Amino acid sequence: MLTLKQTRRLHSVLLGTLAWAIAALIFFPILWMFLTSLKTEIDAIAMPPQFFFSPTLENYLLINERSDYFSFAWNSVLISFAATILCMLIAVPAAYSMAFFETRHTKRTLLWMLSTKMLPPVGVLMPIYLLAKSAGLLDSRISLIVIYTLINLPIVVWMIYTYFKDIPVDILEAARLDGASTWQEIVRVLLPIARGGLASTMLLSLILCWNEAFWSLNLTSSAAAPLTALVASYSSPEGLFWAKLSAVSTLACAPILIFGWISQKQLVRGLSFGAVK
Amino acid sequence: MADLKIRNLKKGFDGTAIIKGIDLDVRDREFVVFVGPSGCGKSTLLRLIAGLEEVTSGTIELDGKDITDMAPAKRDLAMVFQTYALYPHMTVGKNLSFALDLAGVAKSEIKEKVENAARILELAPLLERKPKQLSGGQRQRVAIGRAIVRNPKIFLFDEPLSNLDAALRVQTRLELARLHQDLQATMIYVTHDQVEAMTLADKVVVLNGGRVEQVGSPLELYHHPANLFVAGFLGTPKMGFLRGVVSRCDATGCEVQLESGARVPLAQTAGHLAIGSPVTLGVRPEHLNVVAAGQGRMQVIADVSERLGSDTFCHVRSHSGEMLTVRVRGDFSPGYGEALELAFEPAHCHLFDADGQAIGKALQQAA
Repeated sequence: MLTLKQTRRLHSVLLGTLAWAIAALIFFPILWMFLTSLKTEIDAIAMPPQFFFSPTLENYLLINERSDYFSFAWNSVLISFAATILCMLIAVPAAYSMAFFETRHTKRTLLWMLSTKMLPPVGVLMPIYLLAKSAGLLDSRISLIVIYTLINLPIVVWMIYTYFKDIPVDILEAARLDGASTWQEIVRVLLPIARGGLASTMLLSLILCWNEAFWSLNLTSSAAAPLTALVASYSSPEGLFWAKLSAVSTLACAPILIFGWISQKQLVRGLSFGAVK
Repeated sequence: MADLKIRNLKKGFDGTAIIKGIDLDVRDREFVVFVGPSGCGKSTLLRLIAGLEEVTSGTIELDGKDITDMAPAKRDLAMVFQTYALYPHMTVGKNLSFALDLAGVAKSEIKEKVENAARILELAPLLERKPKQLSGGQRQRVAIGRAIVRNPKIFLFDEPLSNLDAALRVQTRLELARLHQDLQATMIYVTHDQVEAMTLADKVVVLNGGRVEQVGSPLELYHHPANLFVAGFLGTPKMGFLRGVVSRCDATGCEVQLESGARVPLAQTAGHLAIGSPVTLGVRPEHLNVVAAGQGRMQVIADVSERLGSDTFCHVRSHSGEMLTVRVRGDFSPGYGEALELAFEPAHCHLFDADGQAIGKALQQAA
């Protein structure tokens, strides 16, 4: 018969094990990708799969020789950050008015915005491609920045709206009575209070932009191509070279993974935002 | 100077009228309390004065200037919120100085004003702390301090004590009364707690269903309620009501026959009421006495008793089913279901007509 203390300990050990198991399951593909990137092409396709092998960096060297990684990475950084900043500039005022000046139509507007995310992108590929073409924006960073801003806007507005909703309206009213203009109210009171939530929203937007492949593959070729296009270029014309593909994928994932790791604290604070009140 | 004039003020939300035409004057240096049950519109009225809600119709004037459509920031009013509404990302000092900072006041003057407010409210050791590091009472003081530094024309308080525990509430209530004396400021205070209304106010405004039921000094309202609502709302425990009819009316006064059969002669006219008109007789708990059998006006059955030490509140039921409360000595405690006899002085009774309006004795409803 276990004592209460032992039962609790057992529970925590079991829960801990389960959590680690799920985490390992989620992390495994990334680990496997990284391991494969250090293998030779022969080791990479060996059956049964090899866990022990002599690691090599030849894939990475080859990629650097064959394509200009930093040009693709720079495009990814530029497009992701610009789209995220633009998205925030539009979403913050929108979410402010929806959260603090709610009307009968606010909820419906939010749902409608979200519903646009359900539209399959391929459904609007032709019109957007033609629009970009006639505007002279094919293979241009601007077209990707605009498209990424627009496709992420619904999610970003929703997230910021939710964070703003958590802020007691009394605090903003107090600022209004203290003599703050709308601009001062947003910049000096609202944004500092919501900074955790805003940071995690920005991070999510960055990740979504970074990982987007459909539009970048269809609207860019070389000058404006981001890392997703680089990865794709290694998958088709050369046949399936697993080790090289893994190496280029690792290089594509690494920056955003590291960035996410660093911002983790901000992200957690954003998600547990209610504690600010 | 801070004279506030409200004329025929109305406010509706989505077609539902919340404030249904209010006329009110607040004079300079007055402590005015809006009191009423939940949903009576008292907080909405305060928010209309503050400019946080748009007026549907009517006017608000401050020192002769129409401020009905003026932005909150321009009205020169300060408000203390029920939730304190402190800026969580700023220190206490920054919370206090924020309004002055926005107004572009010189740094040295801000410092002086913040220090002065901190001294009055004993906040000096807390100036570097963030709101989350403060207790409820301290947060409350910061919220009041934020209003003080601005030296506004009128202080607005929206149920400022309702988030404090009972002991702190009593203490803060006293501090607020003292602050009003010290600052000689005009204050408007919203509460649902009639004890706060009675103890703090120079003038009490009783609101019900978006209308003013009565305006007057606390004792005026207590002794001369204009209607059944005010009579029942002010006073703890509340006034007891007995149903009856006018049974006699002449030059010496009138007489009310209660449903229990007792006849109560009153030294007042029955006003417009004819013999046989239904009326309600109100008696406060402190005016009811338990007396020996045969010496009282009515028999009742004891329900539960609440012993407070100094007094006991006996809840009793009349034979006609009305519940009354009797205040008796602290050591008197009747058993549940025990038969008691009650006496009361007719001079202490309040008479109300079938519409609930006070007859004769009460003052007319003040505007």
